Amino acid sequence: MSGTITGIAGPTVTVDLKGLRMYEIVLVGKAGLTGEVVRLERERAVLQVYEDTRGLAVGEPVRGTARPLTAQLGPGLLGGMFDGLQRPLEKLLERDGPFISGGSSASVLDSPRQWHFIPVKGPGDRVTAGETIGQAEEGAFRHLVSAPRDGVLASLAAGSYSVCQAVGSYDDGSPISVCQEWPVRSPRPCRRRLPPTEPLVTGQRVVDFLYPLARGGTAIIPGGFGTGKTILEQSVAKFSDVDLVVYVGCGERGNEMAELLEEFAGLNDPWTSRRLMERTIVVANTSNMPVAAREASIYTAVTMAEYFRDMGYHVLLLADSISRWAEALREISSSLEEMPGEEGYPTYLASRMAGFMERAGVVETMNGTVGSLSMILSVSPPGGDFTEPVTQACLRTAGAFLMLDASLAHRRHFPAVNWFQSFSLYEQTMVQHFSRIVDAGWTEARRRCRTLLQREEALREVAEIVGLEGMQEQDHLILHSAERIRLEFLCQNAYSEDAFSSPEQIMAMMNRILADHERLEGRLAAGDTLEAALGKGGDEHASQ
Amino acid sequence: MRLSEHTYRTVSSIRGPLIFLNRVREVRFGEVVRIIHPEGGSLEGEVIKIDGDTVLVQVMGETRGLDTGSAVIFSDAVKRAPLSVEVIGRIFSGSFAPLDNEPPYIPERWGAISGAPINPVARARPQDFIETGFSTIDALNTLVRGQKLPIFSCAGLPAKEMAAGILRNARLAGGGQFVVVFVALGLTHHEYSYYMDVLAGMQGGFAAFINRAGEPVIERLLAPRFGLAVAEYLAFCHAMDVLVLITDMTNYCDALREVSTAREELPGRRGYPGYLYSDLSSLYERAGRIRGLAGSVTMLPVVTMPEDDITHPIPDLTGYITEGQIVLSRELHQQGIFPPVDVLPSLSRLMQQGIGEGQTRSDHRQLANRLYRHYSRGRDLRRLEAIVGRDGLSGKDRQMLDFADVFERELVHQGNVRRTVAESLDTGLALMQRFALEG
Repeated sequence: MSGTITGIAGPTVTVDLKGLRMYEIVLVGKAGLTGEVVRLERERAVLQVYEDTRGLAVGEPVRGTARPLTAQLGPGLLGGMFDGLQRPLEKLLERDGPFISGGSSASVLDSPRQWHFIPVKGPGDRVTAGETIGQAEEGAFRHLVSAPRDGVLASLAAGSYSVCQAVGSYDDGSPISVCQEWPVRSPRPCRRRLPPTEPLVTGQRVVDFLYPLARGGTAIIPGGFGTGKTILEQSVAKFSDVDLVVYVGCGERGNEMAELLEEFAGLNDPWTSRRLMERTIVVANTSNMPVAAREASIYTAVTMAEYFRDMGYHVLLLADSISRWAEALREISSSLEEMPGEEGYPTYLASRMAGFMERAGVVETMNGTVGSLSMILSVSPPGGDFTEPVTQACLRTAGAFLMLDASLAHRRHFPAVNWFQSFSLYEQTMVQHFSRIVDAGWTEARRRCRTLLQREEALREVAEIVGLEGMQEQDHLILHSAERIRLEFLCQNAYSEDAFSSPEQIMAMMNRILADHERLEGRLAAGDTLEAALGKGGDEHASQ
Repeated sequence: MRLSEHTYRTVSSIRGPLIFLNRVREVRFGEVVRIIHPEGGSLEGEVIKIDGDTVLVQVMGETRGLDTGSAVIFSDAVKRAPLSVEVIGRIFSGSFAPLDNEPPYIPERWGAISGAPINPVARARPQDFIETGFSTIDALNTLVRGQKLPIFSCAGLPAKEMAAGILRNARLAGGGQFVVVFVALGLTHHEYSYYMDVLAGMQGGFAAFINRAGEPVIERLLAPRFGLAVAEYLAFCHAMDVLVLITDMTNYCDALREVSTAREELPGRRGYPGYLYSDLSSLYERAGRIRGLAGSVTMLPVVTMPEDDITHPIPDLTGYITEGQIVLSRELHQQGIFPPVDVLPSLSRLMQQGIGEGQTRSDHRQLANRLYRHYSRGRDLRRLEAIVGRDGLSGKDRQMLDFADVFERELVHQGNVRRTVAESLDTGLALMQRFALEG
């Protein structure tokens, strides 16, 4: 099938190619740029091209590939860094130099690297799609290889293979390799979905203690610029208690990606002491890379995440920022001249977003094990205004809302999670879990911590009217303890030893503050002034 | 591929800066065209949309005097910039025509003006300290080599004096000098001559791209791209450390809005196009360093916030792309403080890497954190003071109020005196000691 280009407007290219299907991949022009069919008419098709179309000429040839946008799934993904179309960036760097040029194709698959494969099934075995047939050794990681479809195995042999070599075959002669392809826009199947019951420990005190997240759950982190979305996402990526992290830099800064790579290469996973990079996959489509590829990047990422979930692992997908994805959607929609909805976003924004977030969850995999895919998405609302369409669309499906507060950030209170307006729908289940596993006092400590923070807020309003001098000693004590909670407990310096707290450390720290509070309450009841009860050293401590 | 230029006389309509042509064959997206003016001379244009044989051309200049009989010559090439080290010391217009009465130089090569994105894995993390001579930047919001750090100003605030101060005083660790690429967008003649005086006194050399307030709006979209193509070339082909000063980005965004409206595109917030974020990042993201190469592009855009509003789309989207921001405050300016930097909303995201042992001083991080905390506390208390009065505050709180005042008068304010980073830190340390604050 071949045809020619008939029109170009930014990333949207019109071609006179017949016989295409919706969402089929088309190679565009002499440079062979990648495009996807987004609209079909009898005589022509409209493509969304994933690369810079500058220099493309009308009349240049186009060629259909008869397949949708897919991700290649197999050993070799871990520790890798890809663009929105899953092209390995290291390979592009070696081949094309430091700048990315259009039409460069490179894939994970053409790697000559050999993987040692150990089968668990043998010739004659009947297998179902998704059932484990063997295992490839990827460092310390157990990389399970599954059957691509139902059938009877004719051969399967141990040995060293590259990703494109057949490790065996079905009885009809079709080969099986350690690698498979999956269309990124379709969710991968599972036997059934299960409710989230286990916490996703992030190591961030304000999250784990006040707004706990669940494995298989979703959370959004909205915040204006400078409120620390990226730092929080990266901290979570470093310290979360999961087997694997997929980090999507979606339309954000290039320097941040460089920073992340450098840091992750030198850090260890606090749970397993392996190198962090060994459990991380990075998808980077920075803001100056093509918009259409930015739109595709989150699907590429979630497909890789699902692939590892299907091996029975706990996977966390972090996207920074989903707003940039929504903007890419808006840009494409507007170049297709679609009718705009709110603020120019297409009307299908909310449903696309929901469709994406629904790919998170705890599942019973096709192999019968349990895996989970959790999502934490940062949102960049324009002007820090949370009533805008993207935040609102996210709120409809997100299980947790960690609102970043600009006024806290200006005071250098990080992570700047607002402790009144944030929420977690997993709260009850997870708090029960922590009470059972970590400390029976978890629930009560949370209640007391929250009360103190609420009382502080109320007292501050009073203080603005009557002045601090006019308040009672009891009130001063509440202000004192709430301040300690804020500064010692809720604040967490991402650049120091303090960057990670285990649930046990969280409990110990909170208990210490609450115990001090109780002791001081006792002193006040006995008639002491707060100043006397604190002594000089205590007071200075509090001012920090 | 066409091997020669093609001329068409098929203009079907002219609308503002846009020309529609019919029956054009094999045209390229982004192709540069030349439009022959009926009264002599020619204008440049760029193909921005192709639908079959109908082509939409955006004219770089005034369409006044053009008619539908005008000839349009298609060049079969996209817009390129002539690159050479000869560019240093020269002054050009927004469309790369010499303004200094010198002949154009012979380029060593031609480069696409929109550049290509730097592969994220090829980037080197920016981390080398740059001393700007301003305490509010060096001590509290440190700038590093390869960073993009905008100055958010308001109408009437001394952003140009501050930018000029940085140009004059910026030093690399080890004392190296910057080559400056200066891009002026819609500058008044008054501002223009001010900056030219400053540039003339620079030792490291400069290249300037000047678009003044009365010159074509569309050039404002080209000038920064020319400037950055030159900066990238000097940095990554000639290992120079380049500082790109772009002023004023608000004029750039307004030009983009004007063109977008003429193209009848769907307007987004405040009439700016929906792709403003992507468009701005195609400029800002060109700052950086590359692993294995010596040079760097550091960017210092000036953004004048319309209505002093930091949530306006221009500063808002800028802040989402850049690695921090330096925010100027009208209140401090009125008190005669220079530079009038409000350090609380100001931020340098790359500061952590550029300070401490080996870069500045080992006590830098801790000192900066403490200064921030106390000043922020003092500022909070000012609001309380306004309600309950100074007497309603405790002795300790009154002390914090005084600290905030002295902080502004002595640390933020420095007039035209250049401070080394050690002097800046010592000033901060002295403040802490005077108030007997430990942390």
